[in-house]
Amino acid sequence: MTLAAATELATATSLAAANNENLAEISNVLIYSAMAVYTLAFLAYIAEWIFGSRSKVARTAAALTPRAGAAGKAAGKAPAVTVDKAGGTAVLERPKVVVRAGAGTRDVPDGPGAHGGDEQGDLFGRIAVSFTVLAFVIEFGGVLTRALSVQRAPWGNMYEFNITFTTTAVGVYLLLLALKKNVRWLGLFLTTTVLLDLGLAVTVLYTESDQLVPALDSYWMYIHVSTAILCGAVFYVGAVGTILYLFKDSYEGKLARGGKPGAFATSVMERLPASASLDKFAYRVNAAVFPLWTFTIIAGAIWAGDAWGRYWGWDPKETWSFITWVAYAGYLHARATAGWKGRKAAYLALAAFACWLFNYYGVNIFVSGKHSYADVGLGVLASVGF
Amino acid sequence: MSTTSTTGSEETPAGPEEAAAGTGDQELGAAGSQLSTTPTEEPPNLPALGVIGWARWFWRQLTSMRVALLLLLLLSLAAIPGSLIPQTGIDKTRVDDFREQHDVLAPIYDQLGLFNVYSSVWFSAIYILLFVSLIGCIVPRTWQFVGQLRGRPPGAPRRLTRLPAYTTWRTEADPEQVREAALALLKKRRFRAHLAGDAVAAEKGYLREVGNLTFHIALIVMLIAFAWGQLFKYEGNKLIVEGQGFANTLTQYDDFKSGNLFDVADLEPFSFTVKSFTGTYEPAGPNKGTPRTYETELIYSEGAYGEEKTTKVEVNKPLKVGDAKVYLVSHGYAPVVTVRDGEGEVVFKDAVPLLPLDANVTSSGVVKVLDGYRNPEGEKEQLGFNAFFVPTFGGSATGTMLSQFPALDYPVLALSAYHGDLKADAGIPQSVYQMDKTKMKEFKDSEGELFKKLLMPGETMTLPDGAGSVTFEKEIREWAGFQVVQEPGGGWALAGSLFAIGGLACSLFVQRRRVWVRAVEGPDGVTVVEMAGLGRSESAKVPEELGDLAGILYDQAPGAPDADDASADDAAPAASADSPDPQAASAEGAEKP
Ligand code: HEM
Repeated sequence: MTLAAATELATATSLAAANNENLAEISNVLIYSAMAVYTLAFLAYIAEWIFGSRSKVARTAAALTPRAGAAGKAAGKAPAVTVDKAGGTAVLERPKVVVRAGAGTRDVPDGPGAHGGDEQGDLFGRIAVSFTVLAFVIEFGGVLTRALSVQRAPWGNMYEFNITFTTTAVGVYLLLLALKKNVRWLGLFLTTTVLLDLGLAVTVLYTESDQLVPALDSYWMYIHVSTAILCGAVFYVGAVGTILYLFKDSYEGKLARGGKPGAFATSVMERLPASASLDKFAYRVNAAVFPLWTFTIIAGAIWAGDAWGRYWGWDPKETWSFITWVAYAGYLHARATAGWKGRKAAYLALAAFACWLFNYYGVNIFVSGKHSYADVGLGVLASVGF
Repeated sequence: MSTTSTTGSEETPAGPEEAAAGTGDQELGAAGSQLSTTPTEEPPNLPALGVIGWARWFWRQLTSMRVALLLLLLLSLAAIPGSLIPQTGIDKTRVDDFREQHDVLAPIYDQLGLFNVYSSVWFSAIYILLFVSLIGCIVPRTWQFVGQLRGRPPGAPRRLTRLPAYTTWRTEADPEQVREAALALLKKRRFRAHLAGDAVAAEKGYLREVGNLTFHIALIVMLIAFAWGQLFKYEGNKLIVEGQGFANTLTQYDDFKSGNLFDVADLEPFSFTVKSFTGTYEPAGPNKGTPRTYETELIYSEGAYGEEKTTKVEVNKPLKVGDAKVYLVSHGYAPVVTVRDGEGEVVFKDAVPLLPLDANVTSSGVVKVLDGYRNPEGEKEQLGFNAFFVPTFGGSATGTMLSQFPALDYPVLALSAYHGDLKADAGIPQSVYQMDKTKMKEFKDSEGELFKKLLMPGETMTLPDGAGSVTFEKEIREWAGFQVVQEPGGGWALAGSLFAIGGLACSLFVQRRRVWVRAVEGPDGVTVVEMAGLGRSESAKVPEELGDLAGILYDQAPGAPDADDASADDAAPAASADSPDPQAASAEGAEKP
């Protein structure tokens, strides 16, 4: 190499390095901005709940008969069919499908959502969703610039893992909204935890941007970690559904027994979907992601096979993935087992999610093993002998 | 808020599955039966009949869903301690540390097998029971399913209004015509459909059951593959200096572990030579010194006389030879040292591999001169040198032999010299990295202290009293540590896991459901069409699909609008009488979150 070429190369390298530092700076600014906008969204969701509480639904809900809401909602929707009939054209309604709740199910309609039918509440709800979308876009930008600054996927340490995880969880929520699922009630709970999680990320877990150690650099890692994050986000949404189901279920149970829940409980609970709907929501979400979680573990095993020479070795992270998997399998079984349905199954789902959380935070922080890359990075290599 | 009374099954808003299945089994008789092969639960009544009665009772308990569930939960609980307590099979040194620190707990843990959780009796007992339960569950379910496939979907229940999704209308078309149209439609939609009496009975979604059985069978395949691998596997470690070679035989390994059924004949025949090792490190910044790449270039040949090939082995990219994989797992430095006797004759010249002590590859080891050395008095003696090596010396100011960086920026070798008997001939295997000093004497410097010196590459230290000299040559080689692993059954485990995922997806995403279409002539001579749907779970998809089917059928058998001014709903007398609380939903189905 000529001297000129060498100098050129050196300048290019240092330019690239400076560029990466700039990108990392931009990423940090974006993450803080996203937190600010999430805070606005959080406030708007609160406003939605508060305005919703003065609505008629919330105040008189206890007196409302279950039938009214559901029947009213469905009636207008039946499509009209035009039939050519002897001489004239008569407009006929297609036959309506009558849906009957299963035996043993309370026939309770879904609540109208946080705004409780209140117009201003609804407006705030929409504003909240808009803020959430904006914050999501900003945070996504933050994750992307972080990834560009380190020139690899953004999950080399706990800080990156957290920002990616919260972005994904919000993405799942927005996707469900985009699919016209009735999930706006999740918004407040989601933004609260996203803010907490991000707060933790920028204060305790923050790590300077940096590249990966060789053992972590494999395309199986990309597959394994990205699906793990996605699974976590979806499990998380399922867990929120399960918790709300438990509250709503005891509320409905109390009503059914002739009890009188407090005004606040009534106001909040009447606006949530029926317990049966919440339960179904949680089940669907968990069941839908369980095969992906299975795949995640298998992808991890393949990666371990390449990196460490054995595909399964009961490393703490592997063990807790396995425990989480078995716990969710237990939940799915519980729903098919007499005497375990409903609340007991819901507790199992929460226990399973707790296992997931422990695997994510607990194992990274408290337990040392081959996966403890979260802190120093050398851990992995040290443990394989380097 | 009180939660106690809602835990009972009567009052609980039952999960969707059993809600529908409950409707099916209790109210609908045959129509709702066998919509799955899930075992029915029986209360655990204690048997009164001798040994066989007990055995049968025990077997039925073991293969029940409830016990399967409990075993699953037990398995996840039992896996926990192994993740918190150090395990012999994973990290033996941590177990030894733990034993030293806890002299009360350690023996108790030993008794309970807590240092070997995953091979302990109680852990094995749980998963073996679970898998016996699994097999005991799969076999009858498979037969039952085959029976269901051979049979036909059950005929329509008498009162279709009781089903979770229902619709009806009056038409001027013939009942027979309607039934035929319905049969054709359902068959076109890939339902298994047949005419039973005055109604068409149809069923779809068998893939759910196929998927579920596949999944559970795949679990067994995976377990067997894993167990097989553990029994026949071996793993060995070997440290190789650049330029040196290895052949895959038992004696060449530095250490070797194998499963209970491993046989030496299973060793895959191959050999390789390490051409070079290259490591690069982060040059600056907060993570200065963090490894970036490690790779070795090997020349290997398969079989006893295979042709020679060149390949690269990196941290995540092992060399695969047959069933065996060769992983790069560690590296270090091997400075070349020359030892001369008092006459200036070379008695030793070799690369001496040293073991790294920290992330910056501060290394230690021993140079042993076993043969060929005679001391100035002409007696045969052995020489030993304790060696410390740093690839990047911090400068004499620091005074310590701690490396500042893992690459060879400023290599320094520190030696301290001994002579005497290394006791290498005693027949006891000796570590090449340690010196048995019991019969060794120190060389002394002028002040009577142990003779030691820091050497830069190319420098020589002269031993006192004309005892010879030691040269730290300019050549510093690197060594690479390899782990050779052969674990059969990996392919089976992988195939099993792929089938497990596929089966699981079918089992969870496919709905098994039944549709009945009844067409009969009403009292006023107008045909009454009734359609009903039943799913294994109370999914919004069942009414949706029913609405869809009804819409198509309705176009073929259009409504008779007038009659006695009855709307479609009222046309079926049973509808209003039997279901006091139907939730009307549109044909698109009751979309819920
Ligand atoms: C090795 C342990 C086992 C695991 C990990 C496991 C996992 C699962 C999973 C994830 C499902 C969900 C699929 C679905 O909901 O359709 C399922 C369903 C099922 N499992 Fe297992 N299972 C195990 C053992 C057993 C055993 C021992 C039995 C027999 C008693 C059994 C019987 C069933 C049945 C009948 C279903 C279908 C339930 C339904 O259709 O909803 N499983 N299993």
